[in-house]
Amino acid sequence: MDPKEAAKQQEYRDLVKAMEPKPSLLRNMLLAFLVGGTICLIGQFVFDFFKGVEQTEAEASAITLAAMIFLGAVATGLGVYDELGELGGAGAAVPITGFSNSIVSAAMEFKREGLILGMGCKMFIIAGPVLVYGILSGFLVGLVKGTLLGYFR
Amino acid sequence: MITVKRQGLQTIQFGAPPYIIAASTIVGPREGEGPLAASFDTVVPSDLYGEKTPEKAEYRLLEEACQGALVKAKLTADSIQYYLGGDLLNQIVTSSFVARQLQIPYLGLYAACATIGQGLALGGMIIDGGFADKVLVGAASHYHTAERQFRYPVELNIQHRGTNQTTVTGAGAAILANVGPGPRLTRVTWGKVIDYGLKDANDLGSAMAPAAADTLVRHFQDTGTTPGDYDLILTGDLARMGSKMFHKLLQDAGYVLGGKHQDAGLLIFSPQQKAGAGGSGAGCIASVLMGHVLKEMHQGRYHKILILPTGALFSPLTCQQGESIPCISHALVIEEG
Repeated sequence: MDPKEAAKQQEYRDLVKAMEPKPSLLRNMLLAFLVGGTICLIGQFVFDFFKGVEQTEAEASAITLAAMIFLGAVATGLGVYDELGELGGAGAAVPITGFSNSIVSAAMEFKREGLILGMGCKMFIIAGPVLVYGILSGFLVGLVKGTLLGYFR
Repeated sequence: MITVKRQGLQTIQFGAPPYIIAASTIVGPREGEGPLAASFDTVVPSDLYGEKTPEKAEYRLLEEACQGALVKAKLTADSIQYYLGGDLLNQIVTSSFVARQLQIPYLGLYAACATIGQGLALGGMIIDGGFADKVLVGAASHYHTAERQFRYPVELNIQHRGTNQTTVTGAGAAILANVGPGPRLTRVTWGKVIDYGLKDANDLGSAMAPAAADTLVRHFQDTGTTPGDYDLILTGDLARMGSKMFHKLLQDAGYVLGGKHQDAGLLIFSPQQKAGAGGSGAGCIASVLMGHVLKEMHQGRYHKILILPTGALFSPLTCQQGESIPCISHALVIEEG
């Protein structure tokens, strides 16, 4: 490309970057805190409830996760969770309800292409990377921990 | 004798400018709540329009727009020689499925959101060339089908950026003919593919603005016209961010557009509708032009307009592979008949 044209295009790209509307960091952080905090608060209530039902805390925590996944799925089905995401950003994405939303929304989107090739194949298009890299990083951390504690000697 | 219909480098001037004898529009519920609601022929009550899939809904929208244009022109499909259609879906299935119903010889087009411009301009050339006396042109898009092809599941928690645009659910169709009445398509400046190296699929307006500016400047140079010669310069879907960049580029080239410029993506949704930077999609300029703009023209508010549909010619795959976004825009001059 002719250097003058290249410079013109670079200048344009810089200008686009400069003129891009900047999200309000303070507002976004506050909303993420409120949305994420509210979800966690609900989680805490659920946890406290199950602590009275289950024998151990571990059992209560397991069933709390299941309940929160269920709530996330229901909110997705009702078309509420995407609004929460729009509002709260990572506050809605990071809790386990967000993980549930990523799977259920994909399942809803692709169910029309059939249960196997549609829903079955595409359910994890968003959640897949979380699983892959979650398992990978778990493995690596385990490896480091194991080495430090001397399990491989 | 051969009449030279070329003008300058990229412009053509029709010998016998074709007439737009009928136009029809149909849009989704969200568009039907927007500022242009009254200008559309039909507003459907739901995105799915009673169909099982959004793809089916999209092709029904386009089919009804085409049928609507035929009804308005009091014509049947067998009196049309060509159907030129396009949409955003892979393999342009929407248009092809409509062509299956219409049973009119079919030319499928793809210029992303600029498809209706390509269709009208090609249809005009076919008529002016004497290869047809009537041509049907249509384009459509649908929010749900575009989201799942280009972006994410609709219900996924995503925080959209200020530059994200909303694909219009809607379709527009028109019939071009060699005999009027109706507004006439007088000139076309065919655009080149312009790529300034932008890679952000969340800001297509900024990526497309250089293509629109390049074609418009070429149009002014080829024809010796200025912005003052037009009552309206309507871009396709540059939206808020792209329109700003478009003005800047035109200013650098020595043209001031001022209040002459409007953008279909900004017209179709109000800021209260939370549509991000504005509308987009093949159905955006198609439904705004065939509805609002032609009606304003009919009422005598506009006499000579220039439309610049804009298209981003990328795929999700090329974006993921780190390619920049090639864009196109064609300029069409429409004058009252």
